[in-house]
Amino acid sequence: MSKAQFMYVTYIAATPERVFAALTEPEFTRQYWDAENVSDWKPGSRWEHWRTDGPRKLAMVGKIVESAPPRRLVFTWATPSDEANPAKHSRVTYEIEAVGDMARLTVTHDELEPGSEMLQGISTGWPRVLSSLKSFLETGRALRTWAGR
Amino acid sequence: MKHIDKVFKALADPSRRQLLDRLHAHGGLTLTELCEHLEMSRQAVSQHLGILEGANLVVTVWHGREKLHYLNPVPVHEIYDRWIRKFESKRLGALRDLKSRLEGDADE
Repeated sequence: MSKAQFMYVTYIAATPERVFAALTEPEFTRQYWDAENVSDWKPGSRWEHWRTDGPRKLAMVGKIVESAPPRRLVFTWATPSDEANPAKHSRVTYEIEAVGDMARLTVTHDELEPGSEMLQGISTGWPRVLSSLKSFLETGRALRTWAGR
Repeated sequence: MKHIDKVFKALADPSRRQLLDRLHAHGGLTLTELCEHLEMSRQAVSQHLGILEGANLVVTVWHGREKLHYLNPVPVHEIYDRWIRKFESKRLGALRDLKSRLEGDADE
C-alpha cells in the first residue's frame, strides 16, 4: 500500500440522520467547523468547503463518489489549485451506523500522499472536527477548537 | 465503566502506549506486524489491542483476510478539550520552558 490512510471513529448521542445532516448542511457545519460544506451530495456532483472563520475562502473541493444518506457518503478531496490534477486527490468516506441510542461515525481518509502537507493537515484537523461535532450535537455547543488556527 | 474511564485506564499502561506510538508512526498494521520488534507475546499484544479497541483508541478494518489496526486519536483529543485546554495558559507554558531549560530535558 503506497498511499496513506487514516481512520477516525466517534460515538455521538444522536440519530444517524442528525449526524448526516450535521456533516452536509452548511448552516450546521458553520457552527462547529467554522466552514461550510456546500453540495447537493448527489453522485458526480461537486462539493466545496468554504472556510468561514475569517474572510470567506474556498479551501477544498471534490466530487461526490457515492451517496446513501444517512449511512454512507464518499467524496474526493483536493485543494482548489490541485483540482485539475487527479493524482493529488485523496478520498473521504463517512460511515454512520446506529449503535444502541448512539451513532457511530467513522471517517476514513485515504489515497493520501505520504509525507504531504495535506496529510499533516488532515491528521490534526479531523480529530478537532469530530470532537467539536460531538459536542455540538450532544450539548448544542461547539468547541472553540479553531481559536488560534 | 464510562467511556472516559476506559480511555484513561487504557492509557495507563506503558505497553499499550507503546502500541499506540507504533500505530501513530505507521497505521494499518496487522497483529503479526505489531508484534515485530516488541518484547511481548502475541497473546499479550492481542489482549492490549482488545483493551485499546474497547476504549475506541484503536479501530480495525478487514482488508481481505487481514485485520488492519489504526490509531484513533479522537478520544485523546476529547481529553485534551476537556482536561488540558482549560488549565493551559501562557504562564504554564513559560514554567514548562523554564523547567526544560534548567533540567536540559531532552523529551519532545
